[in-house]
Amino acid sequence: MELIGFLIFFPFIIALALAFVKNNVVRKAVTYISAVIVAGEAIAFAVNFLVSGKTVQYLYDTEVIDIIMLIGEIFMMIMIIVLSAKYKKLYVAALSVIQTAAIVWLEFSGYMKEYELHHIYADRLTVIMVLMIGVIGSMICIYAAGYMRDYHHHHKEFTDRRKFFFSMLFVFLGSMFGLVFSSNMIWIYFFWEITSVSSFLLIGYTRTEEAVNNSFRALWMNLLGGVGFAAAIIFSVIKLNIINLADLLTCESGTVIIPIMLLAFAGLTKSAQLPFSRWLMGAMVAPTPTSALLHSATMVKAGVYLLIRLAPGMRGTSAGMTVAIVGGFTFFVASIRAIIHSDGKKILAYSTVSNLGLITACAGVGTDETVWAGVFLMIFHSVSKSLLFQSVGAVENTIGSRDIEDMHGLIKRYPRLAIVITVGIAGMFLAPFGMLISKWAALKAFVDAHNAILVLLLAFGSATTMFYWTKWLLKILAWSEKTVKQKNMTSSGQWVSLIGHALIMVVLVFIYPLISKTFMQPMLNSLYGYEVNQVLQPTDMIIMAFMVIAIFVVPFVAYLISKHSKSVTTTAYMSGINRDNGRRFIDSFGQEKTTYLANWYLIDIFGPNKFLKPATLIAMAGLIIGMIITIGGAL
Amino acid sequence: MAEWTIRLISIASYLILAPLAGGLIAGLDRKITARMQGRKGPSILQPFYDLEKLFSKETLIVNKTQYVYIVCFFVTMMLTGGLFFGGFDILMVFLTLTTAAMFFVFAGASTNSPVATMGAQRELAQMLAYEPMILIVAVGIYIATGSFKISEVIFSDMPAIVKLPGIFIGFVAVLTIKFRKSPFDLSTSHHAHQELVMGVSTDMSGKMLGLVELTHWYENIILYGVVALFFVYNSLICIPVTIVGLLAVFLLEIFIDNICARVKASVMIKYAWGVTIVAGGINILVLEYFI
Repeated sequence: MELIGFLIFFPFIIALALAFVKNNVVRKAVTYISAVIVAGEAIAFAVNFLVSGKTVQYLYDTEVIDIIMLIGEIFMMIMIIVLSAKYKKLYVAALSVIQTAAIVWLEFSGYMKEYELHHIYADRLTVIMVLMIGVIGSMICIYAAGYMRDYHHHHKEFTDRRKFFFSMLFVFLGSMFGLVFSSNMIWIYFFWEITSVSSFLLIGYTRTEEAVNNSFRALWMNLLGGVGFAAAIIFSVIKLNIINLADLLTCESGTVIIPIMLLAFAGLTKSAQLPFSRWLMGAMVAPTPTSALLHSATMVKAGVYLLIRLAPGMRGTSAGMTVAIVGGFTFFVASIRAIIHSDGKKILAYSTVSNLGLITACAGVGTDETVWAGVFLMIFHSVSKSLLFQSVGAVENTIGSRDIEDMHGLIKRYPRLAIVITVGIAGMFLAPFGMLISKWAALKAFVDAHNAILVLLLAFGSATTMFYWTKWLLKILAWSEKTVKQKNMTSSGQWVSLIGHALIMVVLVFIYPLISKTFMQPMLNSLYGYEVNQVLQPTDMIIMAFMVIAIFVVPFVAYLISKHSKSVTTTAYMSGINRDNGRRFIDSFGQEKTTYLANWYLIDIFGPNKFLKPATLIAMAGLIIGMIITIGGAL
Repeated sequence: MAEWTIRLISIASYLILAPLAGGLIAGLDRKITARMQGRKGPSILQPFYDLEKLFSKETLIVNKTQYVYIVCFFVTMMLTGGLFFGGFDILMVFLTLTTAAMFFVFAGASTNSPVATMGAQRELAQMLAYEPMILIVAVGIYIATGSFKISEVIFSDMPAIVKLPGIFIGFVAVLTIKFRKSPFDLSTSHHAHQELVMGVSTDMSGKMLGLVELTHWYENIILYGVVALFFVYNSLICIPVTIVGLLAVFLLEIFIDNICARVKASVMIKYAWGVTIVAGGINILVLEYFI
């Protein structure tokens, strides 16, 4: 299994190389080639796995690597101390020192026995993650190559630190691969910390005051999760004599719920659940590829990945209940927050938090059905969200705004961009795209798990989710016959990524019953240790087939019908005399007015800050109470 | 095979009979409304004459896409009805219904007309108001009968309403919004006294408007079908009971329509969500935790 080693180390080596490449053309070439290699290797790994069909576990003796990791952790700690001293945020340094000291102490305390265990482990869930990181992540790197050139062209005020930027992108990919391949908790923790630190560095890219503040917020929240992670490791090593994550799930001891709760806490911080969602909102200040990477294939997905790994252990426990309710609550609150905003990236960010909430809730409930739904949500969300961030970035570089009000009539002005955004949005909430199907499965599973509160949260959250996405679509699809097509400046590298994503999106609609059957069911069987029921029934498949036909064939047929029907084109009704083909009109006072059509943000009901504070406090209280009950109950 | 024959017959009869039944319901609605207001009212067949007239008129369009969305609305609604009367998964039916409604909103907003755009936004607010309750209906029926499949639900041992009184009340309450009846006829209204401009359908005319009307008839039959789902069970007694139930809901909606004046959107959302939480939520909580 050299492939695994390659997947982890190759991005780091490229990162190191890119840190020294000054020439933009060379950097672009290196980025392109390495991205293609990473994606290719990820696919090769998946194919290899499918052909052999075996769960992989190896690497038993790892003394040298352990020492390197220890040095790495100390290096990161020193870096955090230096940076937080520079920006006078010493509380962040304190968090870093606590956890690093704890882990270093553990290594030398003598509690760590010579575990004759595998450190590298790959099952079907790992393969899904690898494909997600490898394919989506590399496309984002390709997109970034074109985007960053435009970005610095438009934003002359920021120092050009592209060397550093691209280097960090690859560090991110490498650490994500490391995270999903590791089975030893100390290893997972090491890569976990790298993602925290590198996201901190990426968010602070522009070095403006806002960027610095937001990056430190991201860092302290993630480090708080890291403290939880470190505590979980120490507890399981000392009390339970366990170092591998998978062994926690088979442990008979009643106190095993404590490390599970602490790890879940770390997962909640990383996947930006309430009360920790502010860091992800702040992450928007970074250039678009960072947001795309953080929100889709990496970072936040590390959080939900950990939660899904823990899901069988959380089923029916107070820890699972806490996680599920926090997730469901976040799903609902974040979707309400998304309604009141018109900034495209903000809507996307809230939608990320919201959807992660749903995945978190699925993991917390922890039955085979919910894990099925959770993993599918994760796959579809990463493709859709990455596509949406990139297309909004492309729109911003083209029209100079990412406000959805300014995207009015995009379908006529920039049809290709409008189509990719529409595919992305449709993927997020319309039938038959996967998010909706997974939501449907999740709803069924929540009912089966007798969790009425989650059912209600999901019912309301679905309605609000539909509202904010449709509102956006309305803007894009507004069609005025007189609007002319404009020249699109988006670079070819960006298009490769955008079209690639859109294609994956569409292909997934067709093949996910196949994925469910050949991949997800065996995955669930091995996660739960028994034959689980088929989540998708044959009649469901028939309905899906209908839906797919509806979404692709109906518009086409409708187009043909409308084309052949006799009709006269006129201008819209304006309550006055139309001028300029319906963009201006003369009102009852004889004055000429220009129409301006704006969306409705329901500010009088939901906004602007009515819910945020109380919701954060409620979530915080719920989380603390849940943790106290869980940990106190086990001790 | 027999199962699929029944499904197909049921779907075919829906596709053929729904417009007839929908038109008759609309005609009855207008007649009863007129009598309530002390007028004689039009013939019961008036909606069919209106439809025929619309289809014979010249169609004025504002843009090319508008018609596409309307046809999508129409076809998706038929698909929804097909799924419902074919006895498939009720959750899927509701999700497709949402997709259909979405196309109607697109049709309104794509015109760039201020009135239609505002109507489309209001239609969207109406969806926001009724959507949670609709999902809860599906969940409730599943808990009460043990199945999401309509073909199994109708053969359960007792009518769903016995276990779901709260959810039934909640559904009837949001049905007013779904039917676009006063006080919740925000997006478009059939009453001249409510608005002179037709909201979301302002810029639809001729065949296009006729198609919209026809789609609403298809939709209303699905909604009454959902009402019936609360009463139908594995016994012949359920037939008269269901008819009485349907009539009661029908008359109640007309009555509410005639005694209320339009309210603001925020009032509508608060009302609908309030009813959903109180009637639907408590019903679900009781079912999940106490029975």
